[in-house]
Amino acid sequence: MTKQLETAADSKNLKRVVIEPLTRVEGHGKVTLLQDENNHIRQARLHIVEFRGFEKFIQGRPYWELPVLVQRLCGICPVSHHLAAAKATDMLVGARQLTPTAEKIRRLMHYGQTLQSHALHFFHLASPDLLFGFDDEVSHRNIIGVIQDHPEIAKQGVLLRKFGQEVIRITSGKRIHGTGAIPGGVNKSLSIEERDYLLRDVEQMIEWSQGAVGLIKRVFLDNIDYHSEFASIDTNMLSLIRDDGAFDIYHGGLRARDAQGQGIFDHIDYREYDQYLHEEVKSWSYMKFPYILSRGMEDGWYRVGPLARVNNCDFFDQPLAERQRLEFLELSPNRPIQSSLAYHWARMIELLYCAEAIKQLLLDDDLLGSELRNRGEMQGEGIGVIEAPRGTLFHHYLIDEDGLVVKANLIVSTTNNNQAMNESIRQVASHYLDGQQLTEPLLNQIEVAIRAYDPCLSCATHALGKMPLEVELLDVNGRVVGRIEKQTSGAVLLDNPVRDE
Amino acid sequence: MADKIRIATTSLAGCFGCHMSLLDIDERLLDLIEVVEFGRSPINDIKTIGPADVGLIEGGVANAENVEVLREFRKQCKTLVAVGSCAITGGIPAMRNQFDLKECLEESYIGGIGVENPQIPNDPEIPLLLNQVHPIHEVVKIDYFLPGCPPSGDAIWTFLTELVGGKPITFPYTQIHYD
Repeated sequence: MTKQLETAADSKNLKRVVIEPLTRVEGHGKVTLLQDENNHIRQARLHIVEFRGFEKFIQGRPYWELPVLVQRLCGICPVSHHLAAAKATDMLVGARQLTPTAEKIRRLMHYGQTLQSHALHFFHLASPDLLFGFDDEVSHRNIIGVIQDHPEIAKQGVLLRKFGQEVIRITSGKRIHGTGAIPGGVNKSLSIEERDYLLRDVEQMIEWSQGAVGLIKRVFLDNIDYHSEFASIDTNMLSLIRDDGAFDIYHGGLRARDAQGQGIFDHIDYREYDQYLHEEVKSWSYMKFPYILSRGMEDGWYRVGPLARVNNCDFFDQPLAERQRLEFLELSPNRPIQSSLAYHWARMIELLYCAEAIKQLLLDDDLLGSELRNRGEMQGEGIGVIEAPRGTLFHHYLIDEDGLVVKANLIVSTTNNNQAMNESIRQVASHYLDGQQLTEPLLNQIEVAIRAYDPCLSCATHALGKMPLEVELLDVNGRVVGRIEKQTSGAVLLDNPVRDE
Repeated sequence: MADKIRIATTSLAGCFGCHMSLLDIDERLLDLIEVVEFGRSPINDIKTIGPADVGLIEGGVANAENVEVLREFRKQCKTLVAVGSCAITGGIPAMRNQFDLKECLEESYIGGIGVENPQIPNDPEIPLLLNQVHPIHEVVKIDYFLPGCPPSGDAIWTFLTELVGGKPITFPYTQIHYD
């Protein structure tokens, strides 16, 4: 549909418009648009512009460091990486099953983080677009504007996030980059005081989460045609699913469905993920492009995250969230919901699910138990998969007989959505921007499309990029306005690039 | 309004955890915005670096763009603060300093599990990486170092309130111990 906008037939004489840095998303990225003389969009790309190299530099590190080391991929959803790595190390130490206490503590931590991450994304980052309109004044279109105009909504968002962060702190010692999960289990359970501290506020969180679902529902339905159409693309959807088809973000098999809702595969053991998913490399992005092998590169790309999970699951095992799911599905009774902005709605249903699930866990005495850890015979290979707030997250490690990492593969949630985000901005570019002089409010629409996915470009930049020796900055006429050179010594020379006003 | 302290923030080669810790001041955010306003920051849509009283820098320096942004922050900010381990020492991303870049590239894009169309991305839109990840004080003068991975929301709150209040900055032990 819009795929022809991936690469312009001839990029000469096209003018380049860049949105950089992308804001109100986590991490570093930029979008480039190429327009011809009549302002028709000829090319639109989302680029990833930062690189770290985790897969290489964790080689040689002991396996037990992984849960605390790799969570430094990301400060927004560190618990996802912490737990995916912990699940992989469970395999490494031969712990086939966790103790009930360990599994429940980990689930509590995961629900807490999903709640805080979803609250952060919706209230702090995305809500200004939804409450004020995509073309609101730049200086006002942010969380501070929300605090000023809608103090009650802002306060609930801040306190929902706080509660999620407190769940993480209680289960892992710190709000960000804690130490709760260890190979084969966890390092602490809850005390009665800690449990009661969290129980005190949980009812309020459930109520506010219901309010959040109500809010996004109202906003979406107020302009249903536009919101359904905006950045909408038909895609396959991938998620973890529990054995009985229930929504589960901590553990399950892989389920993929096509745009019509027909199954591609179901209940696949995630340890065999590499037989079903491959990643394509493209020259213009450091983020790879995963796809379902049986469907091929061209048609096999897919979406993950709240929209995929809510579409894919058969039911929620929490009553309030289940009621909301049924109402959500009315948007498209006969096939999966494909609207990109419906991500926000699905995300708030998950927020509610997490609040309910936290309450259920807090009432379970297993959280207070003292059996924390299982072990078996050491294995050489460990794979952990989890549904992070932004979607399916894969960690895969090989170790040697000394327990040192020799190989690693990470497919982070945002990478799974790479092609989908690119297609969404191309849809927006061709539907709403084509033929127009590009202004800030129009360009914000591109970012609105990206924000729907809640991309964590921080996670996505774990890979490491190439190092060109010389970079020139050209203006639209091809005139060199700046130059960067890297000398053989490694020193970098900057020839003061001239900035356009 | 005119008397508000203007704070700009950015994340270089970091994980955004320090920015999340800033938000961990929770409802005190509502008090903070009574006395400060934000310049360029990932939490708003201001994309240019203008004059600011305080610049908070998360992350180390890993590519040429980081160098440029950092120098611009130094030029525009009266007080520049290195926030967190990566800004102060390079942190976890600096673990790549022990490897050759070529090895790292091949690991990700050539020899990785399930990689198709293996190639090293080389588009001009992709920024220039440095051989090593550097702490930010190796590039510009830094006025304050706020340690932690990340520094807690409470530590950031203490720092900002005392700085804005013109007091010497001191922390209780509980706010500056590591894990």
